[in-house]
Amino acid sequence: MQLTSRSKVVSNKTMTFKERIYLPAIFSGMMITLSHLFKKKVTIQYPEQTRPVSQIYRGQHTLKRDEIGAERCTACGLCAIACPAEAIIMVAAERKKGEEHLYREEKYAAVYEINMLRCIFCGDCEEACPKEAIFLTDRKVDSDYQRKSFIYGKDILVEGIEPDKRVDVSKRETAAVAEFKTHKEYDHNKVLKRNNK
Amino acid sequence: MTSEYLIYKSLLVVLVFVITLVVAMYSTYAERKIAAFLQDRIGPNRAGPFGLLQPLADGVKMFMKEEVIPGTSNKALFILGPAISILFSFLTGAVIPWGSAVNIMGSEYSLQIADVNIGILYLFGVVSMGVYGIMIGGWASNNKYSLLGAIRASSQMISYEVAMGLSIIALVMTTGTLSLNEIAAQQQGWHWNILIQPLGFLIFVICAFAETNRAPFDLPECETELVGGYHTEYSSMKLGFYLFAEYINMFISSAVIATFYFGGYNMPLIARFVHDSNALAILGVVFLFAKIFFFIFCFMWVRWTLPRFRYDQLMNLGWKTLIPLSLLNIVITGAVMMRHEIFQLFVK
Ligand code: SF4
Ligand code: SF4
Repeated sequence: MQLTSRSKVVSNKTMTFKERIYLPAIFSGMMITLSHLFKKKVTIQYPEQTRPVSQIYRGQHTLKRDEIGAERCTACGLCAIACPAEAIIMVAAERKKGEEHLYREEKYAAVYEINMLRCIFCGDCEEACPKEAIFLTDRKVDSDYQRKSFIYGKDILVEGIEPDKRVDVSKRETAAVAEFKTHKEYDHNKVLKRNNK
Repeated sequence: MTSEYLIYKSLLVVLVFVITLVVAMYSTYAERKIAAFLQDRIGPNRAGPFGLLQPLADGVKMFMKEEVIPGTSNKALFILGPAISILFSFLTGAVIPWGSAVNIMGSEYSLQIADVNIGILYLFGVVSMGVYGIMIGGWASNNKYSLLGAIRASSQMISYEVAMGLSIIALVMTTGTLSLNEIAAQQQGWHWNILIQPLGFLIFVICAFAETNRAPFDLPECETELVGGYHTEYSSMKLGFYLFAEYINMFISSAVIATFYFGGYNMPLIARFVHDSNALAILGVVFLFAKIFFFIFCFMWVRWTLPRFRYDQLMNLGWKTLIPLSLLNIVITGAVMMRHEIFQLFVK
């Protein structure tokens, strides 16, 4: 009786004399490996050479500031909920008078931490963010000997105020992406609903 | 026996010792490079230009590692194991004719440490002593993986030694001598033994792979089954000695293959261009080393091509294929050598 369509007929034929003396097969195998001696090497010599990555590569995150330098994030927590790896935690705080140049919204993230060891660089946080605050960039997360240094706080994540310290995310923050995010019927925007079920 | 002779011989001994060490050292480097090239990689290239200082770095690493002697092991034997292994690897170099004699100020100096007339027997004796290093080390470790590896190693080496010896008997029949120097000297010009003894050569090479515990016969250190095999418990330079002994064995085996079957230090046609006997001797050494390096390359090439045998396949190959084949080889060799007598027998 055939239970699945995956069964295979196993051949158990006796080997011919040529196969039984092994040597022809061994020599042809050795020729194959010999030919690899002259093939192009695939190695990338890392510190000197780096593997080229796409411009919309998903690497280390950045928290964007707006034009005047105020943080865009409003600590809504959508990114943390969207995150499948539960890598993001934050503590929200209320903006005081006179802090308008620091925080764009009335509520801001006093603490914002991403655990880079948990993060799988899926980019869901970026998709979920309604304020265009968090972006993944083509920078790589540095390696380290200690685990605790992989919890990136605002000091690392928030981009600098000075124009030369800004992180360029123009390739990711496009009009098409903004348009895409407005469509709530798209599947990625239903993440919240799924999680809340 | 003059004092010059003694000085010359001791110099030669030291020289061969140093060359063996250096070749074995750089074999480790070559192995890693060749493995890398065959797998489309680059291999070690950070230590020094082209990674040439890698063997030194490895050596330093080996020396600096913590020395662990298991508490339940037999300490004396545990130390003796690698010592025997490396000692007997070095000893084999003594009978290899590295070149023909050089003539310095009217006296002949042979480039062979000891021209014993039973060189082949000496070689076999010393090579089989190498098994003890592995066996003692594996036994003294008091670890089941080590013991299994050691048992495998010794049974493998013993069974392949039989076929190896039988394949050599055919060679001895045609050359009529047990002296390596004479075997090498007989192969002047095109009279390489491989042309006379192709089957014997094949058997000998296969057995040489098994004797040196190299892939596809590296069952004694089969990582998938035995952790590290007989040297599981070894660390630091004791492990280094075991690994080093393997490379020395490979070097010596290549030298032996070159001497037995590929003319040793002879190269066809060269005598026509070079007439000075000293220059010829030096060139001979170069040729011998070229051949040796080629065979070392073959050892590595095979290692990075073929998968490991299963243990029963190994034993089947040794006892049921190689030994009958080498016996057949002896019979055929004998028949060819006695062809006139046999012919006359039929004519009568
Ligand atoms: S990239 Fe994915 S895993 Fe990483 S923090 Fe954002 S949502 Fe979480
Ligand atoms: S980064 Fe975006 S999604 Fe996350 S808390 Fe800030 S505003 Fe909300």
